[in-house]
Amino acid sequence: MGIEFELNGANIVLELPATHRLSDALREHAQCRDVKVGCNAGDCGLCTVLLNGDAVCACLVPIGQVAGKRIDTLSGLMQTEAVTQRLANSFLMHGAAQCGICTPGLLVAATPLLRENKTPCEQAAKDALGGVLCRCTGYRKILAAVCNTEALTTNNNARVGGSPMRVDGYPKVTGAEQFADDVAPENALVLKVIRSPYHRASFSFGDIDAFVANTEGVHAVFTHNDIPGVNQFGVIPPFFDQPVFAESECRFKGEPVAAVVGDAGVMHAFNPDSFPVSFNALEAVLTPEEAMQPTVKRLHENSEHNVMCEGFVQCGDAKSALKAASHTATVHIETGFVEHAYLEPEAGYAIRQGNRISLYGCTQAPYMNRDSIASILGIDAKDVQMVSTATGGGFGSKLDISWQPLVALAAWHLKQPVRVTFSRRESMQSTTKRHPASIQVQFGCDEHGKVTAAHFDGVFNTGAYASWGPTVANRVPIHASGPYRIAHYRARTQAVYTHCAPSGAFRGFGVPQAAIAQEIAFDDLANQVGMDRLAFRLHNALRNGEPTITGQVFDGAVGISECLNALEKAWTDANKRATLANKNAIAEHSHQRFGVGIASGWYGCGNTSLPNPSTIKAGVNADGVVCLHQGAVDIGQGANTVIAQIFSDACGVDLADIRLISSDTDITPDAGKTSASRQTFVSGNAAKLAGAALRKKMLRLGNTPSWSDLPVDGDGYVVQVSETYDPPTLPLDENGQGVPYAVYGYAAQLAELCVDIETGQVTLLNFVAAHDVGKAINPVLIEGQIQGGVAQGIGLALMESFIPGRTENLHDYLIPTIGDIPPIESILVEVADPHGPFGAKGLGEHVLIPTAPAILNAIYHASGARVTNLPATPDKVLAAISKDT
Amino acid sequence: MSLALALKQLANNPLPVIAGGTDFYPALQDGAAPAHAIDVTQLSELKGITLIGNEWRIGAAATWTELLQADLPPAFNAIKAAARDVGSVQIQNRATLVGNICEPSPAADGVPTLLALDASVELQHAGGTRRIALQNFITGVRTTQRKPDELVTAIYVPAPLNTERSAFTKLGARSYLVISIAMLAVHISTNEQGHINRCALAVGSCSPIAQRLFDLETALNGLAINTATEQQAVQALIQSYPFNELSPIDDVRGTADYRLTVVRAVLQRTLLSVIQQCLSISSVHP
Repeated sequence: MGIEFELNGANIVLELPATHRLSDALREHAQCRDVKVGCNAGDCGLCTVLLNGDAVCACLVPIGQVAGKRIDTLSGLMQTEAVTQRLANSFLMHGAAQCGICTPGLLVAATPLLRENKTPCEQAAKDALGGVLCRCTGYRKILAAVCNTEALTTNNNARVGGSPMRVDGYPKVTGAEQFADDVAPENALVLKVIRSPYHRASFSFGDIDAFVANTEGVHAVFTHNDIPGVNQFGVIPPFFDQPVFAESECRFKGEPVAAVVGDAGVMHAFNPDSFPVSFNALEAVLTPEEAMQPTVKRLHENSEHNVMCEGFVQCGDAKSALKAASHTATVHIETGFVEHAYLEPEAGYAIRQGNRISLYGCTQAPYMNRDSIASILGIDAKDVQMVSTATGGGFGSKLDISWQPLVALAAWHLKQPVRVTFSRRESMQSTTKRHPASIQVQFGCDEHGKVTAAHFDGVFNTGAYASWGPTVANRVPIHASGPYRIAHYRARTQAVYTHCAPSGAFRGFGVPQAAIAQEIAFDDLANQVGMDRLAFRLHNALRNGEPTITGQVFDGAVGISECLNALEKAWTDANKRATLANKNAIAEHSHQRFGVGIASGWYGCGNTSLPNPSTIKAGVNADGVVCLHQGAVDIGQGANTVIAQIFSDACGVDLADIRLISSDTDITPDAGKTSASRQTFVSGNAAKLAGAALRKKMLRLGNTPSWSDLPVDGDGYVVQVSETYDPPTLPLDENGQGVPYAVYGYAAQLAELCVDIETGQVTLLNFVAAHDVGKAINPVLIEGQIQGGVAQGIGLALMESFIPGRTENLHDYLIPTIGDIPPIESILVEVADPHGPFGAKGLGEHVLIPTAPAILNAIYHASGARVTNLPATPDKVLAAISKDT
Repeated sequence: MSLALALKQLANNPLPVIAGGTDFYPALQDGAAPAHAIDVTQLSELKGITLIGNEWRIGAAATWTELLQADLPPAFNAIKAAARDVGSVQIQNRATLVGNICEPSPAADGVPTLLALDASVELQHAGGTRRIALQNFITGVRTTQRKPDELVTAIYVPAPLNTERSAFTKLGARSYLVISIAMLAVHISTNEQGHINRCALAVGSCSPIAQRLFDLETALNGLAINTATEQQAVQALIQSYPFNELSPIDDVRGTADYRLTVVRAVLQRTLLSVIQQCLSISSVHP
């Protein structure tokens, strides 16, 4: 006897146990892939559906309880419900969907509210949506979209500088978008991973053959013995040190040792404890301090004291200059692991066709993934196809392979499609994190407030494997001066192996951590000199014609002064407001204290002193349709739209008339990885070149009577072009002197907040963010990046702390909700860069660099509490207040 | 299905019990659910929030949203405030109050306010019914006096005085979907002379089981709270109160020291706000 209910207006009967999760029933048994699953625990709200009109998390509903009831999902509501349709349109107009993985949950959760009230106030919208997490947008555009469905305006300007709706936006708001877990064929086998339960463990397998033979529905088990190629991968060639499956010892909790593949129905209920393996916990080192003890065994043979690599930049004589300084500020900060917490856990599937393998799933780096899979399978890279599905957020962690080698290996051996979906816990345990940092800085200035010297020492916990640790170690010394002129500078970093999940790339590659120490020191110096904190920064801002700490000199592209100037009025007003509010608070014996903080940031776009090309291809087919092969993966940030806008402008073809062909290594050329704030700048340049080249070729054919009469090439194009751009950089010498990046972007942000001096709770009131983007290609997408970056900076500053083995879910690991993000005003500054397309600079990482230090400086301004051990949770803020008094 | 049948099933086989599922599924991690469970939402006897005689009965299937929508006396404002702070709308629409006390974590949102309301728990098994005070029902972290063949069928709250006012404060590190660092419920009633004639204070997340502050209640009972001087005396009592009932720990959400400090500060504020509410009744009805 089945369970009968109404699904999106039609009756349906499902033969499932009454306790089966509704989310799984809808996705896997009723084709409702518009219902997303982000946590399976009610913590993220992605799977929100309406049960008899009320919002519920489908992952928490036993299907037995919906018998005789009505379930509405986004795809159904979009057919019948006017308020949902209107809201979906509003999401598109406001740019409220970025990656789009949380969009179905948000639209469904807002529907009951909008049925009651078409123009809800912000608080009502927050209450309705407080249960849906979004990691991309910073929620402000979501709030605007929900509160303003009745007043929509269309922006028709699709040129560079206009804000057309994102070209891939429509499926994101209808539920039709296909993410990594939405694309596997129905007959795909399901893979589950056996992982180490300890930070460090030896292990031995039992009788795996007997397990396979005796477990109904299980087809195969794979271990390191089954890898035909090399059981080792990484992202930077000299540092390939991570196995797909551990061979003798697991180096972190969550490291895979085996994969079990079987029929979907059986694997749904698979219990990893039934697998024949025994683990033996070994003594683990979880911090660099422990790992660097001379008696500790090396995690990897070549790393003395477990130091994986070091970074260094020096100019002038920092030691003497610090001695001679009138004022010095010494700051020591500690930050923890930060989890990317994209709402889409890793997923994908692989299918073998002959001697080729194709992978479909989420990624930020399709070509790097392709090459890794080829090496693991021992086949040629041209025999691997990596197709990016829509990717539900990445922020750096989806650069590394995770799901890919598992399904590739299984599909390769089994010659059947194989699918994997990481649980939230697996995703949090096993994929890369932001590096914990222990940073000691000393900055010195003269009596007039001119910063003369800086000394920086940073130790980064790189976890069990290298991943992007070398990039962090190298980037940080180049950026740790901040966007300021400092003549005498010495910065050293170490990245140290520990038995933690690998640290890798996370929006800013270590620079956000460094900026915290540096910007706190700047506040300290400004206060010592008695200068206004913004004026102090402006006084020291890097200017055109002055060398950076790597000796690079810019002629016209440095925009930090412009950013700081743009904040001047907001800064003055905010300080006045805080002063007045504090006067009133003291008079009324209130426990609230108000403060304002400011911080700057800069960030070099693209690889550090290494080749970093992007190629964009385009063609016109016999029907006269312009096709853009755009391989810069859009993980929500908007590359599909921005690259197409740039191409459209350069080519002179309307954006709406361009057919977009997105990332697939068989058909889109290598546009590099989506990282290092490089896509708008590097792939944008390639798109501009390709657009201009195609225009030139088309114009030559201008008098052709009919396109369909012209011969087509192997790709079906009458004309086609392929253009490559590689940013000009120069190597760094042994002192880190050289030209690491062609382009830097600049930023300054201010934060207004209130501290409860009795509880240590921080209430954020307002942000103003000024960003020098060179040229704003798409202002609405830029605002979305800024607001999303500020939200992640808020998380870094106030609440996020991944503790391996302890906070492996989204209720113990907190990221900001819609109630935690105050208004964020964006000021777009345009100091054109001669290298950027139309003058554009990168932005993706710049957006969160100033946020955390601005918040910490505001907390200090408000309450005298100097929190240096992040996150600044209420207990730490209160402890710092008590210490101060 | 009827309650009697469910109890019979439980007597034969100690099946897991499910209501809103908001604890049941997360506890499975990502494992499959057991195929069979007793679903209390299917038992019509366990629905609703009703006044029966001199007691409010909160059925085991009643959700936080139902509580929010119920017409209840002002003494229930604290528990309604707690309801608004439970997870998110999605959780409030599903989670039940009874579910909240059945596998109670130290941070179970409903427990402090229910303790302050002097709630009791009704348990039924195939052979009969028993009633236990909530403070005795919960025996530790996620443990209770429920036996495997019993169902918790309802929570009972004695009808409060019309003059009782209440407030609830939850401290967390973010706005929604948050497990509390500390929380407290304050219930006060005053007589016509402005003297406290009932006082119930409870603190959660600061001990394995949420605790009433009985000694402080005793000290406050009978005190006059009309004037600023009288209210300062109340504050002084809180300032010097040792909070021996509490045994907070250091965890990812906060330190033990922090919890004690903040409970004292927030108790002062919350108590003063409830006192103001009580005084405004007497000014409306002199």
